[in-house]
Amino acid sequence: MAVFTVPNIKVSGISACVPTQTEDNKEFALLPDNEKDLFIKTVGIRYRRVAPPGITASDLCLTAAEKLLNDLSWQREEVKILVFITQTADYIIPNTASILQEKLGLSKGCIAFDVNLGCSGYVYGLSIVGALLQNMPGAKALLLVGDISTATISMRDKSTAPLFSDAGSATALEFSLNSDIHFNLQTDGKEFDDIIIPDGGYRNQFSEKSLQYEEFEKGIERNGLHMKLDGLKIFNFALREIAPNINTLLTEKAIDKASVDYFVFHQANLLMLESVRKKLQVAAEKVPYSLYDYGNTSSATIPLTMVTKLREQLVSQKLNFVLSGFGVGLSWGSAYIETEKIVCPQLIEL
Amino acid sequence: MDLTEFTRKFAECFSQAEAETINPETEFRKLEEWGSMMALIVIAMVDSDFGKTITAEDLKNGTTVGSLYEIVKTK
Repeated sequence: MAVFTVPNIKVSGISACVPTQTEDNKEFALLPDNEKDLFIKTVGIRYRRVAPPGITASDLCLTAAEKLLNDLSWQREEVKILVFITQTADYIIPNTASILQEKLGLSKGCIAFDVNLGCSGYVYGLSIVGALLQNMPGAKALLLVGDISTATISMRDKSTAPLFSDAGSATALEFSLNSDIHFNLQTDGKEFDDIIIPDGGYRNQFSEKSLQYEEFEKGIERNGLHMKLDGLKIFNFALREIAPNINTLLTEKAIDKASVDYFVFHQANLLMLESVRKKLQVAAEKVPYSLYDYGNTSSATIPLTMVTKLREQLVSQKLNFVLSGFGVGLSWGSAYIETEKIVCPQLIEL
Repeated sequence: MDLTEFTRKFAECFSQAEAETINPETEFRKLEEWGSMMALIVIAMVDSDFGKTITAEDLKNGTTVGSLYEIVKTK
């Protein structure tokens, strides 16, 4: 278990951007009416945002980043690190962070690279950016996190289509003495194929067969380029791992659970998250949910939830958070962060 | 935990109409409301009410509510 602290780092701002186009799970044809209601009540997802062709995860993150930089009044040359976390990059090569560096007008003296992570990506991203930044006093950094997962799902697959939604986010970090972020990051590659797009990489290269649909059960048809999700196994994984991961972080870093203002979870499934919340014995008002309106936006769910559910508190108060991301990989982790009156623009629609 | 309590908790996962038909001999996968959503709900119920983790495999191996109870007991 990797429990560690990144010192001298603070979060200065968070912004998020979603596509305007909205899908309603009440209209999702693959589920009969009674199943739709049960799905919305149990999984907790009603509306999903869908990026139209031509809008990528990097476009959503770029919009979020430009607004955030302007509201922070940061000069572009001050940004020395740009990390883009996504599983829906613009191209197979080159990395998208290079393209974002240019579009944002950042200097050539800027570190920029992509990281392929999903549900755990925001927490991992904070640790990566923080670890680089702590050795660069005076520097500023952008963590851009987002996905257009709807481009990876089969609309003939009721086990994935009503879950996923698209969003991008930008988080501004800077060097700051006496401001630490604590982490507990974990991985279990044994279960790597619980969430997978099997074809199109270099293990199973794209072929005509990749496009052939297969029926796995009634209402679940997809091809090799679509995302497969083993929902029950992921549900078990979350029940087994998430509460102990958070409890270990708090215990090892001597943080009183009762003193934490908010626990922000990856927005995967309401029933799952409520089970985790009860295991943690945390009051409902400390656990905000955005999934009814915005679905599962992969790595962007945590910043999206903070922007849409906690914005007023973020801009006006000193707060502390436990953030917890978990899923594809399998990869999971939690972070403890403190914020004080950060910049947090209203949710942007593109 | 005993079979009566388990059966009652299991039945509470379903609508009232379906719940009234459920007893230890009920073959739960043949219930009209049974499906992937109900599987999630039952897994969450067993986790929260009995502190045990059952898997999709366990739900496949159990035929009746009573046999699922026996599986849960071994956890």
